[in-house]
Formats: sequence, structure tokens, C-alpha cells
Amino acid sequence: MAIEIEQQPSVGLSKIAVSDTHGEDSPYFAGWKAYDENPYHESNNPDGVIQMGLAENQVSFDLLEKYLEQHSEASNWGRGTGISAFRENALYQDYHGLETFRKAMASFMEKIRGGRAKFDPNRVVLTAGATAANELLTFILADPGDALLVPTPYYPGFDRDIRWRTGVKIVPIHTDSKNNFRITRQALEEAYSKAQSQNIKVRGVLITNPSNPLGAAVEKTVLEDILEFVTCKNIHLVSDEIYSGSVFCPNEFVSVAEILHARNYKDAERVHIVYSLSKDLGLPGFRVGTIYSYNDKVVTTARRMSSFSLVSSQTQHLLASMLSDTKFTDNYIKTNRERLRKRYEFIIEGLRKSGIECLKGNAGLFCWMNLSPYLDTPTREGELAIWDSIMHEVKLNISPGSSCHCSEPGWFRVCFANMSQQTLEVALKRLHDFMEKRKIEKSLLL
Amino acid sequence: MGILSKIATNDGHGENSPYFDGWKAYDSNPFHLTNNPTGVIQMGLAENQLCFDLIENWLKDHPEASICTPEGVHEFQDIALFQDYHGLPTFRNAVAKFMSRVRGNKVTLDPNNIVMSGGATGAAETISFCIADPGDAFLIPSPHYPAFDRDVCWRTRVNLVPVVCESSNNFNLTITALESAYKEAQDAGIRVKGLIINNPSNPLGTTLDRKTLKSIVRFINEKGIHLVCDEIYAATVFCQPDFISISEILEEVECNKNLVHILYSLSKDMGLPGFRVGIIYSYNKDVVSIARKMSSFGLVSTQTQHLIASMLSDDDFVERYLAESAKRLALRHRTLTRGLAQVGISSLKSNAGLFFWMDLRRLLKEPTFEEELKLWRVIIHEVKLNVSPGQSFHCSEPGWFRVCFANMDCETMEIALRRIRAFVLQSQEAEVPVKRHRWSNNLRLSFSSTRCEDSMMTPRVMTPHSPMPHSPLVRAV
Repeated sequence: MAIEIEQQPSVGLSKIAVSDTHGEDSPYFAGWKAYDENPYHESNNPDGVIQMGLAENQVSFDLLEKYLEQHSEASNWGRGTGISAFRENALYQDYHGLETFRKAMASFMEKIRGGRAKFDPNRVVLTAGATAANELLTFILADPGDALLVPTPYYPGFDRDIRWRTGVKIVPIHTDSKNNFRITRQALEEAYSKAQSQNIKVRGVLITNPSNPLGAAVEKTVLEDILEFVTCKNIHLVSDEIYSGSVFCPNEFVSVAEILHARNYKDAERVHIVYSLSKDLGLPGFRVGTIYSYNDKVVTTARRMSSFSLVSSQTQHLLASMLSDTKFTDNYIKTNRERLRKRYEFIIEGLRKSGIECLKGNAGLFCWMNLSPYLDTPTREGELAIWDSIMHEVKLNISPGSSCHCSEPGWFRVCFANMSQQTLEVALKRLHDFMEKRKIEKSLLL
Repeated sequence: MGILSKIATNDGHGENSPYFDGWKAYDSNPFHLTNNPTGVIQMGLAENQLCFDLIENWLKDHPEASICTPEGVHEFQDIALFQDYHGLPTFRNAVAKFMSRVRGNKVTLDPNNIVMSGGATGAAETISFCIADPGDAFLIPSPHYPAFDRDVCWRTRVNLVPVVCESSNNFNLTITALESAYKEAQDAGIRVKGLIINNPSNPLGTTLDRKTLKSIVRFINEKGIHLVCDEIYAATVFCQPDFISISEILEEVECNKNLVHILYSLSKDMGLPGFRVGIIYSYNKDVVSIARKMSSFGLVSTQTQHLIASMLSDDDFVERYLAESAKRLALRHRTLTRGLAQVGISSLKSNAGLFFWMDLRRLLKEPTFEEELKLWRVIIHEVKLNVSPGQSFHCSEPGWFRVCFANMDCETMEIALRRIRAFVLQSQEAEVPVKRHRWSNNLRLSFSSTRCEDSMMTPRVMTPHSPMPHSPLVRAV
């Protein structure tokens, strides 16, 4: 029998706990709720909300499953002996991570970059997802009150990962649709000066390459500009390359690692790469992230900090097995790219038929759709109004650009890899009908 | 190149402590029954290796618990995609049930209050972020688990204020000591946000009695501060008195439940530290909600959630496991402590944990921490045992050592016992407390070992390029 005294009003929690920097009150998540309450299902709920706000990769699971069916050693625990191998694996909590796994990760990252960069397994630090990796790096590179510069539009989760518990700020680097949201030197300088004018110390630049939500790889010249900028200001560069394996045309992606490799790693100590298997391999549940740093002190410190978010040794073992199999990885990378490219072309074509244009993209699990011509008013409110219609009338959950801090209203991120081809067709049809209806309504008003 | 943050460059990671002689000695000369019978025996590692056979047999009988086997692969996609920070419902339910069973089913824990974390390491840090602001402090009885300094303080910038427990009353936690520590903190302008207790205790191996637990609850309610109970060793209780969890006490006394939070993990009770299954169980709905959002930074792999859910839902297995584990731990504990008692070495009377608290005060030349360190080096280099000196647990009195007994097989344990007995008898004959050797005190050597185990801060002052040979802990590669 619980005897409770009268519940006191808010018992003291921390400032971090009561702040809303976790970001869950943003409209990005409102769409989720609508989906959760009424999820689409081909047969059971054909009128439900189709989830197009989730950047998941579901197009290549058959390849993973086939691998597992053909390789029973992945389900064993370790080197052949079965029983005692389980014990070793279950006991392994070394924050260096299984060497076989680190080697496999390094080689997988090299393959994705077509061998144009080399990765040293001893520089691979493992974390429970890219979420943990980005927060961890922020703790290492910046003090509370400092800032990282981040180009807009950006992944909404950064607001939480970079800022929440670290106390670090994000100062946006504004980009413009007029030049395809390219990061310019001018924008970099402006962001830096803005921070300075507010007495905020800038510690680094964080880019996502390929970009989320743009779905496009960052051009080589832009990367070189950014490298020059961070060198000049003597600050860090974090390149989140979580979508690097999802580039449709391999020669259109240049990793910062390649540029550094070509320069013999001169001045590379300020560069750190984040990666994860959540997107390229479609395994977000397994929490496999990594930090790759060219800076010894960062590697050592990151490794120590990874104690708070290690990757399960059970999962490390499974993936070490899979990613060491070069026949598997070669085939996977190639096939995955191809399938994503086909999906991308399909959705672009479908949207175009509905009178909707997208930013020219070449990577990722989404496209960056331009509805600005269709806004009632060219404002955030106008954007949210059309977003609301699309959610409640068309029953599609897509992500409004404002939740990605886009400086121009009317852009939306639309995911295409987290559903079957059939569902995508249904979604496109619904959107097509919606646009047709609007056209008619507009013409009636004239 | 841009400099790094204060957190990155301070010592909050805890690894720059002078205690790495033991690890180095072990790593460069690890004991092996056949290959290296004169090597150093690792007794500084609180791991539970006694019941793997039970788990291995269960796994053999339940291939569907793995998503990689033919029996389980049909679930692969769903499991791999699931990243909801609530965790798999089957997982939460199974963990709640297991935790209730470990508490003798005297309480029924609610799966909705279960939050995941990156091991107990992640759990301690997360609760600290939820409850305290930078500069605030937690009271913590000493001696205590050394890595709390890192877990509770490092990135959170929160402080720990020790509440000294003394051998004169068997290191029991007294209200007097709590009140005095609290007052001192207040007088120094330190804002105390909570009290952290570890029950069963590392390094003592003892459990708190009902009276003490009740007075702790009264204390935190009076002061309006939080109570964080790390119950990571709950199922390692191997003899009377029974384990009493704070969850039981809450049913018996008046308490503002919003102040109470339990930390747990499967690393000790089940011997699965590699799987990183950390749990926060809070009675405060706000804390559950916030901690759950923070758990995004340290979720449990769904592959592992799935396996654990399957295993811990098997009531028969859980019953057998808990009973057998307690039996085996009891036997180990008894064999070692009796064997030592026979040569006049006593240890704190204990009923839990994977270690015992050995009293070597009479072997110290003088009751100082320097002498404790010297004795420790002798034990490492001469007796070839890596045990943990009390000062690494912030013990206020020199001469105590934590000795782990569950991380080795029987033969190794027998050999360890023989070695200690031989050493003690030899010391008694020699009429000086400790044989003296001049060991080089080169504490800053770089070396090649592994991770931060809970006994001492692993001193990893190495470049990322150093390989890690020899330690069986990395033999998994």
C-alpha cells in the first residue's frame, strides 16, 4: 500500500530538463502524431496517412536478409567455437570496439568513396548512432555558449543533438534557392560575423554531405571553400556523411576525406567525419554510429566519451561479419544506389506531372520539393497552411522547410525510400489529384 | 588548429589516475591456466562469468531469439527499423518483470517507467543531466565506485560530495554522516540536489537494511532532494540478509515519489556488459519523459532488445538462473573468504556483489595511503594478483582492498587463494609487514590496454594507433 504525501508541485529538475531544446514541440513532429493516429496500410487502411517524413531506407532489406540466410556464422557469436565465443562477445565492453568491426567499417567507408580516400580502423570511434556522435563531438569541440555554424536548411534533429545538453548554439549559414542552396563564401563570412557581433565564439562548421534535406551532394569547389574558411578562422569542420552510401551516381559525391587525402592530410587535424549505418544499410534500430577524426586528441577523447553510448557487442559482431564480406558489400552498394536512383527518378517524374518541381538532387532518401509558387502568401504561415492541407486532406506526412530552418518558405522534404513502390504510386496519385483540384479552384476564382 | 573544449581537456574522464600499474602488469603478463600459469591474475574486474553456461544453453534452445537465424530472420526488418525511444514493448515488459522478480516480486514495476540508456554508465549521466545543473552536487557515500566521478560529473559539470563511512561501524551509512555532509556542503555554498546510493554496494558487497533505507528516505524528503539508487548488483545477493530495494520501502513509508529514481543494468546480474543494457526507472513522470528523450543518445540496439526480451520473458529460465547464480556466487565468496580467514585475513562481512572488501590493514607498515599503494604494488608484482586499492574508491582509511571473484574459473580462483595465503604466511614469518622491493614508480608509461572498468580508471594514455595485445578482454577480435 503506497502512502503518498500530497504531490508537491514541480520538484526541482535541471534547466536542461525543463527547456524545450529537445525540439519535440516543433511542427516536424506534429505530422508524426497525425501519422501515428491513422497510419496508411495497403489493405487494412488504404485511406490512412502515408508517412513521407521519415528518412528510412527500406529498399534493400532483401539483400541483408539473403546474406543472413546464406551466412550462418553471422548468427553464431564468434570464431567458430560457438559457445565460448558468446561469452567473449557478451563480456566485450572495450570502448575501442571490436577490431574486426572497426576494420569492416573503415573498409566499407572506403568502398563508398570508391577507394579515393583511406580510413584507418584505429581512428574509427564507435557510438550509439550518429545522434550520439554529433552530440559527443560538440562536447569535445565547443564550450557552453560557443557556437557551430550550420548551413540551412538542416536536419531538425541537430537542434537537439548539437545544443540541448551541451549548451552550444547553432548560428545558421543562410543559403538561397536562387543558386540552388549552395553554401557561399559570403554566407560563411556573414554567419561568422553575426556570431562575433553577439560575442559568440565560433568553434566550427557542421555540414551534412550529402545534404539532408536537400538530397544533393556538396560540390567539390564548395568543400574546398569551406576548408579554406575553417583553416583561415582556425576552427573545426565536422562533415556528417551519413548519406554517403546513398548517392545515386558515385562520381557525383566528393567526401572531405578525398580532398584531405589528395593534400596528404595537411592541416587535417581540424576535420572530423560522422557516419552511421542507419541510412545506407537501413538499420536505425541497431544504433551504429561512428566518428572518424584526423585529430589524435579528438579520437582519444571521443573514445573515452563513447562509454556513455557504446555499440552493443552483439551488433558489432553481426555487422563485422557482414561488412567484411566484400562480395556482399560491393553488390549491396551498387544495388542500393541503383534502386534509390530509380525511386528518385520515379518520384521526380510523378511530381513534375503534377506541376511540382524539385531541387536537382543526386543523393539521399528524399527530394526537396518546391511548393512556393502555390503558397497563398509567401510566408511561413503560407507554408504551414499548405502543409496542413497536405497532411489532413491529402493525408501525406511531409516535412515543411521551416522545420529545417529554411530561410525561404514553400520548400518541403519528401521521403521516398521508406515505403513500397505501390505506396509511392498511391501517394503521387493523391498529390496529383490535390494539385488538379487546386488548379481548378484557382481558375474558378479568377 | 582550433583548440578543444574544457571538457575535452580536463581530467573528468578519470583515466589519469596513478593506478595503472595493476592493469599494465596484468596486460603485459596475463595469467593463463596452461599457457602462462605464473602470470598476473585479474581480480580487479567486477564481471560475472559464473553462469554463461545457462545462458548459452538457453540460446541454443531458442534460435528464434536471434534475428539472424533461419528461425528468427523473418523479424529482421521490423527489428532493424525500430528506433522508437520507448523501446520494444516486449523488451520493456520483460525488463520490468525481471526487475520485479529480482525484488522477490514484493513490488510490481511498471514498464512505462522504464527508460533505456547506454549501460549503467549512460544511466548515471542521464539522471544527473535531468536533476542537476552545472555546479550543483550529489552526496555520495564513500567508499564508492570510482567511475561515478566520470559518469555523474564529467560532461554534466555536476559535483560529488562524499559522505564518509568508516570501518569502526562496518562502513554503515549513518544519518549523522549524511546530515553532517549536507550541512558542510550548504555552508560552503554548494547546492545539493540529491543523494546517490549504491545498493548492494560496490566495493563493500553489502546491502542496506530496512532501517537505514527508511531513514534515508526520511532524510531526502526532509531536505527535498532526489534519491538515486543504483541497484546494479540487485541479483548478486547470495545469502542473508535478503535484498531490500528502495521500491519496497516506497510502499512502506511516506515519501514524495517524484524524488526517487533507480538505476539498473544487465551488466552485472546477467554478465552481459557488452550488450549495453542500461535502465533508468523513475517514479517521476517528468523525469521518465525527459530521460526518454535523452535516451536517443544511448538507446539499446533493437537486436539486443529483442534477444533480452525473449530471454527474460522465459519465467522458468529466469527462476533457474537467479537461483543458480546466487548459489555459485555464494560458493565462490565462501571459499575465498574462509581461505583467507584461515591465514588471519579478514574481510567485511558481505552478502552480495562480485567481490569482497578485504582488510589488509595489519600488513601496512604505517596506516597511510602511501603504504597502501606500496603494499598494492607488492601484491601486483610479487603475488601477481591485480586487486583494487581502497583509495581508488575514495575510502577514507588505508588498508582495504576490493577483490573480485566472479570473473575467473574455479582453478584460477584456487591458485589466487593459494598465492595470497602463501604471501601472508611469508610476511608473517619475515616479521616485517611487507617485503620491500624497489619498483619503478614510472606511472606515466603508455601501455596497451583496454577500457574503463569499474575497478579503476583505465589509464589509456596511448595514441589511437596502438594495438591492444594480450588482454583477454579484447580477444573477441
